[in-house]
Amino acid sequence: MSVQVLVLTGFGINCDRETGNAFKRAGADVSPMHLNDIATAPEMLKKFHILAIPGGFSFGDDIASGKILANRLRHKLGGPIKQFIADGKLVIGICNGFQVMVKMGILPLLDNEFIQEVTLTNNNSGRFENRWITLRGNPDSPCIWTKGIDRIELPVRHGEGKFIPMNNTILKILHENGQIAFQYCTPDGAIARGEFPFNPNGAIDDIAGICDPSGRIFGLMPHPEAFVDRTNHPRWTRESLPEEGAGLQVFRNAIEYAQANL
Amino acid sequence: MDDRIEVAMKPGQPDPAGSAVRARLAEDLGIQVEDIRVIDVFTIHAALTPDELEKVRVELFTDPVIQDSTLNHTIAKDYDFIVEAGFRPGVTDNVGKSSVEGIQDTLGRNFAPGETVFKSRQYAIRGANRKTCERIATRMLANELIEQWVLKSREEVEALNGGALLGLPIVTDQSEVTVHEIDLEIPDDALLELSRTMMLALDLGEMKAVQAYYRDPKVQEARQERGMPERPTDIEIECIAQTWSEHCKHKIFNAEIRYQENGSERVINSLFNTFVKAATDEVGKRAGWLVSVFHDNAGMIRFDENHHFALKVETHNSPSALDPYGGAMTGIVGVNRDILGAGLGCECIFNTDVFCFATPFFDGDIPERLLHPRRVLRGVHAGVKDGGNQSGIPDINGAIVFHERFLGKPLVFCGTGGLIPTKITGRPSEEKAAQPADLIVMTGGRIGKDGIHGATFSSEELHAGSPVTAVQIGDPITQKKMADFLIEARDLGLFNCITDNGAGGLSSSVGEMAQKPGGAILHLERAPLKYAGLAPWEIFLSEAQERMSLAVPPDKLDAFMNLAKRREVEATVLGEFTNSGFLECFYGGKRIAALSMSFLHKGVPKMHLEARLDPPKLAPEIVIEDTDLTAGLKAVLGSLNVCSKESFVRMYDHEVQAQSVLKQFQGVDHDGPGDAAVIRPVRGSKRGLAVACGLSPKYSDIDAYHMMACSIDEAVRNLIAVGAKLGTIAGLDNFCWPDPVQSEKTPDGRHKLAQLVRACQALYDVCNAYDIPLISGKDSMKNDYKIGDTKISIPPTVLFTSVAVMEDVTKAVSMDVKNPGDVVYVLGETKDEMGGSEYLALRGQIGVNVPKVDVKTARAIYEKLNKAIEAGLVASCHDCSDGGLGVALAETAFAGGWGMKLDIMPIGLESNAATLFSETQSRFVVTVSKKNAPAFETAMAGSYCLRLGEVTPETKLFIAGRYGAKLEAPIADLKEAWQRPLRF
Repeated sequence: MSVQVLVLTGFGINCDRETGNAFKRAGADVSPMHLNDIATAPEMLKKFHILAIPGGFSFGDDIASGKILANRLRHKLGGPIKQFIADGKLVIGICNGFQVMVKMGILPLLDNEFIQEVTLTNNNSGRFENRWITLRGNPDSPCIWTKGIDRIELPVRHGEGKFIPMNNTILKILHENGQIAFQYCTPDGAIARGEFPFNPNGAIDDIAGICDPSGRIFGLMPHPEAFVDRTNHPRWTRESLPEEGAGLQVFRNAIEYAQANL
Repeated sequence: MDDRIEVAMKPGQPDPAGSAVRARLAEDLGIQVEDIRVIDVFTIHAALTPDELEKVRVELFTDPVIQDSTLNHTIAKDYDFIVEAGFRPGVTDNVGKSSVEGIQDTLGRNFAPGETVFKSRQYAIRGANRKTCERIATRMLANELIEQWVLKSREEVEALNGGALLGLPIVTDQSEVTVHEIDLEIPDDALLELSRTMMLALDLGEMKAVQAYYRDPKVQEARQERGMPERPTDIEIECIAQTWSEHCKHKIFNAEIRYQENGSERVINSLFNTFVKAATDEVGKRAGWLVSVFHDNAGMIRFDENHHFALKVETHNSPSALDPYGGAMTGIVGVNRDILGAGLGCECIFNTDVFCFATPFFDGDIPERLLHPRRVLRGVHAGVKDGGNQSGIPDINGAIVFHERFLGKPLVFCGTGGLIPTKITGRPSEEKAAQPADLIVMTGGRIGKDGIHGATFSSEELHAGSPVTAVQIGDPITQKKMADFLIEARDLGLFNCITDNGAGGLSSSVGEMAQKPGGAILHLERAPLKYAGLAPWEIFLSEAQERMSLAVPPDKLDAFMNLAKRREVEATVLGEFTNSGFLECFYGGKRIAALSMSFLHKGVPKMHLEARLDPPKLAPEIVIEDTDLTAGLKAVLGSLNVCSKESFVRMYDHEVQAQSVLKQFQGVDHDGPGDAAVIRPVRGSKRGLAVACGLSPKYSDIDAYHMMACSIDEAVRNLIAVGAKLGTIAGLDNFCWPDPVQSEKTPDGRHKLAQLVRACQALYDVCNAYDIPLISGKDSMKNDYKIGDTKISIPPTVLFTSVAVMEDVTKAVSMDVKNPGDVVYVLGETKDEMGGSEYLALRGQIGVNVPKVDVKTARAIYEKLNKAIEAGLVASCHDCSDGGLGVALAETAFAGGWGMKLDIMPIGLESNAATLFSETQSRFVVTVSKKNAPAFETAMAGSYCLRLGEVTPETKLFIAGRYGAKLEAPIADLKEAWQRPLRF
């Protein structure tokens, strides 16, 4: 079966090309689609297996990052997206896409309702930064996307990536459910404990990416789509690395799941 | 009907925005305050019910996890004073605009005309008195050109009882919507006075040429036929002045110049033709890959079988001097539009940025109307950062250069590269032409008074209700939406021609596009406006941002407009192209302008200028030898032109689009300074682009010829260092000069023009020698500050941007040392050329021995080094530039995390200081594995290639010099010396 991926575009989303490319490289059929075109014919969502909300600066991050796009999605496509998730399909949000999902309440989705329970806000440094960081995967997470990934280097490029839960109860549930799929760590894999620059934004418990309880819905601040070739890595001229960039595994995991289950 | 929503962080939540302001206050102004909290204020100028207001407050404006908010009630607590800053009337308010969209989505209904949202920001300050708060407001929080602000004590705020602190920036001022006739039958001095009062910037010869046009009986006959008055209308005069401006017509570069140097004399008919175009014509015969040069919005070369590459670099100096943030942002999004308007529309694949400032540590008096260089630096950087990041275009290369005379005018160079398929719906993508009967369609933003006569604007004419005209805030999201839409429309073949609205607005974009069909008719009242009350000439000349003009064939119009609607991009038909030979404007059905196309574009008289080389006498350098070379190296590493700019670069998104191969910072900890960027823009292909730049204004006072030669050589060797090859390099020149026209206020104009001639001569000589065609360029000729008796002229500056197509990016080389045991070489002879060096600058000297480029020797080194890199023999390669060999060695070592043990005596100079810090051009530090060393030496045979020593596992740089002098320092200390000064 060919896995069909819908990549959302428009309104300042700007990582749609490379996100589509990563899915293609991992073997999927990719359709980039403007939000307004989906909103006028939401039934088209049915023919897709994966929905990707790429990174960017939707609406200039005005009011707060991802907020206005989240608001628009909720009002124009809330129902169809809920159905998409209920059908057992997959969603990923990267960077601004993750911010959108969190503000819309698609993640962490503790009670199957779109309610905002966590947030992503200004980095402790108060500034946008582009740097490579190391993540460690959570072997106990149900997350489909991060399966088999023990440690991975990826770039972060954001000003509002600090993860904060509404309260400690929610944080505890996220840990218990294994919903914390990726955490920032030191290059040798020790948890970052909030230390800059390993944890680039001050995220609580070094949280870089979370999934819903089912593991099918996933959002993360770092950019796996920006590490698909060896030459994307900042040290490729001094280390021997496989031809394929490590970020591709995230997309391949989803496609394999879709092929087996959808 | 104005309701105010105030949003603050919950008590107990950190407030990073507030902390950042507090830290900058301490750092930049030396002001300590106890606390600053930032509060976002959204004033809703619309008829919303209480329920609706509550809904948007909770659902849209407040993050439930970290924020609290109030409606029509002061949220600030525990403060002494509040400063609130918001835009002045007519300034683009991006957040306000997005808020409207958010509210409409939330409520499911649209705002009525005139309804809107205004964004402002409160700073609740504790632990400062009124006077300090005032200083904070004017020096940091508000730029009074574009922002209004108010300061209230706690008692004053409480007395307002929840009322607004700041008045709303509603444009109340309206121009008279009439067209005036202008009398040109006046004496010469009155003509000049007219040029001055109307801000036309035309000289007497040009005014008389306009006068003569209107006196021509044939012109009068044509005017009568068209029902035009005998005398010119205001819109006609404005249109001519704009079209003939230095900015658009490059009159100085096209002037006839009588040039005198050492008693000999020569007449140069157009610097552009004689040097710039001549170099490209010459080299173009050898380079088969030029696609389109000099006539479009950007130069275009072949990238691969299926793609062309376009490049353009612009300056935005004056706007950035007035409003650093807005000026720089419109600089970057403006040059993006040049690429979007090149050929049938290229996609932007990278940005570059180069800034020139005075030292941010300047502690003298700031001349009237100028801003502190630190504020200019921060603002310009933030503008380029936001403009680029929000547009999704990676910023991959740049530089920040410091010189005291950039206090008078900062230079802000913004560049963009683009890619386009060679064929678009079967048509060659580099060709475009509007056809008669094609419709003139304007897309994107609306028109306001933004940027009308921007450069000559004076603040005295501002009053409370008047829109700000000189400066503009960019709106990257409106532009991103438009760019996405236009690429879609392009691929559907929906238009014949496209160009951007930059300087001169519609008058320039439509005027230019109308040249091919031979005329155009515009109905200006159809243009969408930001607010009512623009005179027709203002609509025609406005430089409001984020707009493109297109020629859409009638049979494609419906499809074009329909797609625009679906993408929420405003598109308006303003008229049509004709072959009448006239550019004609109507307003309300009445013809108000009819100008002959040939007069408009070819009628400007040629300038005649005088140039005479008359350099000031400079003192020869005095170099005192020091036995401790370590301190000397650390000082040079920490000089502003050498030190790390990483904290600025990290804030640029330099990896979006996922094509990055060599980034700005390289090495084991990603913090060593790369020479050139390498990207791989086409998926699945190993072909790539290397991008670099060079500029050396510090050599200008000694000799502008060598300044130019060194700038080009630096840009070229940066590319060679990463693996690019001569013969594939294209160049782009951006001249920024002080006024070079002799006059009362510029008594040294002849010399400045002579410097320009010398620079152009070097441009020709070096480009020819290195086989570099110039594919585009720009000049900015009035970079002076003069108020009262204070005059500051920038040092003549040329930014040379270089780009090369690389066949296989996997062969690229980074600058960091790789392994202990590798052999360290210097390529290229080191000469005692300390003139203009960083080493001398630290000692308050300029000197006279400026570095001179020896193109023949350099070319041989570049060719051999390239072969060695392609053969995989080179482990690291770094060019020697500002700071000389010592800096290049230290950077190579600490970037890779290993030490070096070196002996510099074989270089053979008497002076250790000159050996380490002379800035002789065309040199590299190269490391090679022991295994490859013999092959490398063979590859370099016949050129200067000297083994200095080797890489050591011990992380120390050790250099032995003459007379027992030595340099010995842990690489961590050297790195710290290099990183500390601008760790902002």
